[in-house]
Amino acid sequence: MTDPINLIAEWLRGLLAGWGLSSGLVIFIMTLLGVVVTAAFVLLMDVFLVWVERKVVARFQDRLGPNRLGPFGLIQPLADVIKLLIKEDITPIGADRVVYNIAPILALATVLVLWSVIPLSPTVLGADINVGVLFIVAAGAIGTLGIIMAGWASNNKYALIGAFRMVAEIVAYEVPMVIALMVPVILARSMSIGEIVQRQTIWYIVLAPVAALVFLITAIAELGRAPFDLSEAESEIVAGFHIEYTGMKFGMFYAGELLHALTMGALFASFFLGGWRGPFAEQVPILGVFYLFLKAFFIYWVIMWVKYSLPRIRIDHLMEFSWKFLTPLILAVVMITALLDKLLGEPGTLIYTLGMLVANLIVVWITLTLLRTYFRLERKRVGEERPVAAPDLTPAARIERTS
Amino acid sequence: MMTVSLIVFLIVALITLGSALMVVIARNLVHSALWLVLTLFGVAILFGLLQAGFLAVVQVVIYIGAISILIIFAIMLTRRIASDTGPRFNENWGWALGISLMMFAALVWVIVSWPGFHVQAQPLDARFEPVVELGKALVSPNGYVLPFELASVLLLAALIGAIVIAWERKPEGR
Repeated sequence: MTDPINLIAEWLRGLLAGWGLSSGLVIFIMTLLGVVVTAAFVLLMDVFLVWVERKVVARFQDRLGPNRLGPFGLIQPLADVIKLLIKEDITPIGADRVVYNIAPILALATVLVLWSVIPLSPTVLGADINVGVLFIVAAGAIGTLGIIMAGWASNNKYALIGAFRMVAEIVAYEVPMVIALMVPVILARSMSIGEIVQRQTIWYIVLAPVAALVFLITAIAELGRAPFDLSEAESEIVAGFHIEYTGMKFGMFYAGELLHALTMGALFASFFLGGWRGPFAEQVPILGVFYLFLKAFFIYWVIMWVKYSLPRIRIDHLMEFSWKFLTPLILAVVMITALLDKLLGEPGTLIYTLGMLVANLIVVWITLTLLRTYFRLERKRVGEERPVAAPDLTPAARIERTS
Repeated sequence: MMTVSLIVFLIVALITLGSALMVVIARNLVHSALWLVLTLFGVAILFGLLQAGFLAVVQVVIYIGAISILIIFAIMLTRRIASDTGPRFNENWGWALGISLMMFAALVWVIVSWPGFHVQAQPLDARFEPVVELGKALVSPNGYVLPFELASVLLLAALIGAIVIAWERKPEGR
């Protein structure tokens, strides 16, 4: 089976070979074209995402959103882009010019690079590397670096604080995220994303709902979106790490964030919702692209739903949530999944699916019971009578007093 | 014969070496750290050129994602150091240069005298799965299970140590 994209690629390859170019050069040109086309497609979609984001947030907040330019305000993002482009480009005094200018590029490029490993359809995928899952983590690590560079090079204390918060958050949430990604890897017996999608005759959200939920939460944290948007908490540090950026440089951070959200949606869809899988996707591969984006936009919508519904959480709660709740929970789930995988025999059978699902439900039930007990104790502790001016005995307070 | 991969290798190697040099001679410590990131990234690309995708990605995850970020954090949290523009070399630079050159010569000598150096490598079987082989080697008794377990025990000890340091002790006499 083939699809229009591969047909065009075949035709181009034949054309180039017909011009007498060497095979190495043809491969090079085709790879370059593939990169340019993918990046251009994704960036064009990014413009559309601005409209989606503004329209959806308006609906959540009971407003209309952009509705003046074009039908349903569809031309609004183009006006936004023009506005960003003609804004004054400011570099603050004392900024580290080179690092300051590289940071937004890194922030956007690390998101774009993720699209090279997401299989868009059974026949269309950039690079089917056998370590695709780790590749995502690696790209995230470089993205973190972009944020640190932006925060440090701006020569602004709010920017630096924002960058510190963001990095602390990403480092903390990367741990449960990587462990959560191990669950689909165990189920598919492969780290290649193409292979993981290929094996999902039953969506992994059925086999591993807990891992899916943990991945979604950590993905939102990695995006730095509400309720985890401490890095740009407007009421505390103005705009966080991108406070000094203007015009298109700010636009790159903004576009990077929006695109990252959709990319996380596509990754979630690939890992847990069957990626390009859907009716007739195997016969007509181009349908796979449609299914993947349908699922990706659904997850994107869920992320927006969370963002515009929940208030920001405090930094210590944020850290505790990752280290004391998500990490132990997902570690337990990975161990149970690995053990059951050996016990239940071949994947794909009814017993395997049911066993995984029931095990996950039991984990959820135990977690909820433990949480209920914890909150009962916590409520009791908070409700206790205590002197108003008791000394604060946390380690941080002790250090503060002694210094 | 200049193949495309040879050209790419030369460019990447030049960038890696150049940025490694910049790590030492950059005036600003944060710049040094950022040059170090570029060096490590260059090494990752070299792994990628050698078809060692797993090592390339792990290099980025661990060295850039964890170690470099920790170094940058440590530099930024240390007041004054980040803007230090004092002398970059102390009087021992001659010794350091001599020892590095000796180390480099020794490494080159060891690698060149290794019999496998002149042998043309056989292409791997198409069905060869490096990650699978690595995983099996790490847990098989004939492979590296002992070093692997030792490393895990070491990491566990470090984790426990971190918890002990951060432990919120109950105040005495209360």
